[in-house]
Amino acid sequence: MGVRLTLREGTLTALLSGEIDHHCAKGIREEVDKAAGQTKPRRLVLDFSRVQFMDSSGVGLIMGRYKLMQSIGGIVILANLPEKIEKIVALAGLDRLARIERNWDHETNQ
Amino acid sequence: MKPINEMNVSFFSRSSNEGFARAAVAAFAAQLDPTVDELSEIKTAVSEAVTNCIVHAYRDTIGIIYIKAQIYEDGRLVIRVRDKGCGIENVEQAMEPMFTTGGEERSGLGFTVMQNFMDRVRVLSHVGKGTVVTLYRTLESRPVGND
Repeated sequence: MGVRLTLREGTLTALLSGEIDHHCAKGIREEVDKAAGQTKPRRLVLDFSRVQFMDSSGVGLIMGRYKLMQSIGGIVILANLPEKIEKIVALAGLDRLARIERNWDHETNQ
Repeated sequence: MKPINEMNVSFFSRSSNEGFARAAVAAFAAQLDPTVDELSEIKTAVSEAVTNCIVHAYRDTIGIIYIKAQIYEDGRLVIRVRDKGCGIENVEQAMEPMFTTGGEERSGLGFTVMQNFMDRVRVLSHVGKGTVVTLYRTLESRPVGND
């Protein structure tokens, strides 16, 4: 599991990779929260294009980051969700909390 | 009906074993020739059940998690995830979507995901003794070989 963070023009992008479960959610949370705390971005993009597996621990992770971004007046974008992960995201109703972008390009931030 | 194949695995309730547990069951289930989607759903359900043992059953301790997986002739896969942890006081409440005692970062969706991804989920729990979660899923795809 890995997370690569980039900040550009107020958008913090977390490129996630590997498997997101309870075991590795903590590490991702700590890295994302540290970066978001330091940079106070307007948008947090969680990019799932390289994620092979996610269970409900990932839902908790997204909900927690939503609350964090809400507290600093920003939004969360869930980008490039693989179909099987989008199923869990929909089941959890996360599409009501975060914007879902199917073809997010992190080079251009749109 | 007797199973035509069975596997048993037990391991410490360390979170680093979550990946091992779902991969072990997926490798066993692979002989039913499941689709990629079916396998992914089975892995997710197992991950939820095992995470519950680690986060709840053995909350401040390390115990042993037992998984038994069985394959039946009709393509049915039965996975039993058992712990000897604290048990669930109110199973009905624990299975409600969004209910959690796991704190802020837990979504409370573990059982909801299991129920959505499997045909049937059965939970038996005794406070102070432990919990057995049984996951049932029939794989439509193709017949099983005889070896």
